[in-house]
Amino acid sequence: MKKDKKFLQSNDWAIEATGLVKVFGKERAVDGVDLAIQKGTVYGFLGPNGAGKTTTIRMLATLLPVDAGSARVFGHDLVSDSAAIRRRISLTGQYASIDEDLTGIENLMLIARLMGYTRRQAKVRAIELLEAFGLDHAAKRQVKNYSGGMRRRIDIAASIVVTPDLLFLDEPTTGLDPRSRNQVWDIIRALVRAGTTVLLTTQYLEEADQLADQIGVIHHGKIIAEGTSSELKASVGRGTLNVQLVHAEDQHRARTILEEKLDASVRLGADSTSLTAQADDSALVAESLAEFARQHIEVSDFSLGRPSLDEVFLTLTGQSAEQQQDSGEEIL
Amino acid sequence: MTVHLQTRESMKADTGTDERLLQAIASGARPEPPNAWSSTMAFASRALLRIKHVPEQMFDVTVFPIIFLLMFTYLFGGAIAGSTTDYLQFLLPGILVMTVAQITMYTGIDLNNDIRKGIFDRFRTLPIWLPSALIGALLVDVIRYSMASIIMIALGLMLGFRPEGGLWGVGFAIVLVLIFSFSLSWIWTTFGLIVRSEKSLMMISFLVLMPLTFISNVFVEPDTLPTWLQGFVNSNPISILATAVRGFMHGTGTWQQVAGVLLVSAIMTAIFAPLTMYLYRNKK
Ligand SMILES: Nc1ncnc2c1ncn2[C@@H]1O[C@H](COP(=O)(O)OP(=O)(O)O)[C@@H](O)[C@H]1O
Ligand SMILES: [Mg+2]
Repeated sequence: MKKDKKFLQSNDWAIEATGLVKVFGKERAVDGVDLAIQKGTVYGFLGPNGAGKTTTIRMLATLLPVDAGSARVFGHDLVSDSAAIRRRISLTGQYASIDEDLTGIENLMLIARLMGYTRRQAKVRAIELLEAFGLDHAAKRQVKNYSGGMRRRIDIAASIVVTPDLLFLDEPTTGLDPRSRNQVWDIIRALVRAGTTVLLTTQYLEEADQLADQIGVIHHGKIIAEGTSSELKASVGRGTLNVQLVHAEDQHRARTILEEKLDASVRLGADSTSLTAQADDSALVAESLAEFARQHIEVSDFSLGRPSLDEVFLTLTGQSAEQQQDSGEEIL
Repeated sequence: MTVHLQTRESMKADTGTDERLLQAIASGARPEPPNAWSSTMAFASRALLRIKHVPEQMFDVTVFPIIFLLMFTYLFGGAIAGSTTDYLQFLLPGILVMTVAQITMYTGIDLNNDIRKGIFDRFRTLPIWLPSALIGALLVDVIRYSMASIIMIALGLMLGFRPEGGLWGVGFAIVLVLIFSFSLSWIWTTFGLIVRSEKSLMMISFLVLMPLTFISNVFVEPDTLPTWLQGFVNSNPISILATAVRGFMHGTGTWQQVAGVLLVSAIMTAIFAPLTMYLYRNKK
């Protein structure tokens, strides 16, 4: 993967950044971030609250001056050529950046007119977007009366009144219910299909997993791991299956089935009705459960835990802590 | 039985490609950026829409003038001038100046809100002549200031205000108030960009406007004051404006008074408009 990148022309990059730094007071909010994002791909910035995601995005979107480092967006220098960058990017901030007192259609028309559409064109464009985003029924409602998911969608719609070449999405689904989240994901996928490069931030591995071609894990302003979703997950290990049985006497039979199907070690719960096994293939889990049914083993509850961001984090930061200890011992 | 299992496949299933979505994305071609006039008008229409949707914000330009005028006329009228009708002739122009000066601070508050809510970030990434965002809003504020002026004068007329300057004199006086207020607004936009919250902005404007409006010739003739205070009162921008407004409403206005108002307005604009724009562009 890494080797291929060397053969790419410089004009294949949407973003190339080296050593980005932002200091707030004593805190290094962004502390030497390097990024290379290929055109037409989705890059996911994964990190907990306060990791420096928003700050990095705001610097790349020319909204915040950088304290050190440099970046090029579509080949334009971040500092000397910010006007050219602004003509190609769009930002959907972490908090809805629309006028909540105005209606949906008024907001979109305002942005469209500020982009240079005439009043009539602005209206046509606004209606087209409202329909495409499933908001036509709420076009004449004030945005402050929108649900969280609708608000997010109108915000994204405002960002693509003119389809940008690069879209920054700062935590686009935080706080949304699963249905709204899926709607936002669909929008992002459609944009990518149309050729837009997307840089999104998220606190959920699941989301980065679903959308991003490449993921960067950010922690204390530094990228501590980078790779595809499967590369990251592999670094964490496998998911965990928990099964709760109705009858205690089925426990041993259930264990045999899981060991066979999942090819993994199975732990028995102390209550003698529960089992835990490592599992990373949901299809095999489904097979195991089907086998339970065939053998009349009744299941009262089960869950498949995917590696969470917490686990990725624990593993990544844990490792680096160990490494620090190791090097400390060497010095001693 | 509860199921927490959600496979990747099941998530993919409900994400069918929506043709309308793709179509809408495909038709988002970039037009030529708007000129300064169109973007200013777009921002002005936003401000007008805000008045339509949040009519409460007209409270300050309708109720304030009425309360201020009634309160000061009947509270001080008897004590200061012996008769409320006599005092009204003197007081109304000053109260008009004071009221409009007070409500200019809402311009700063609106801007401060835009920044905190992130709308400002969106405007900053648009291909527009940036000052149009502020000028558009200020133009609509001028309409609000005119409303406040008209309401106050209408009420004054009912209470016995008799401007000897006639319609033209009153009209010209209002124009002076509007020019001054437009210029004064830039001070609040500057502070609106500096302070963190709406509250601190109100505090600052209170601290600035209280002494300026009360230690002025709005309520009393300066020659009744101690000499050391007269110097401040006479050079106070609010006094300069109040004198001119009073003069033109009563038909005794002079060009020196107009020049004074224009000079003060020009100074405020020359300092605070560029400062506002600098802060606006370079806001962290
Ligand atoms: N304007 C600011 N002033 C001071 N500190 C800030 C500012 N913006 C962010 N920070 C700090 O920088 C760190 C990174 O913040 P942020 O980029 O918002 O993180 P994230 O978006 O990943 O949650 C946080 O500790 C935050 O408190
Ligand atoms: Mg953030």
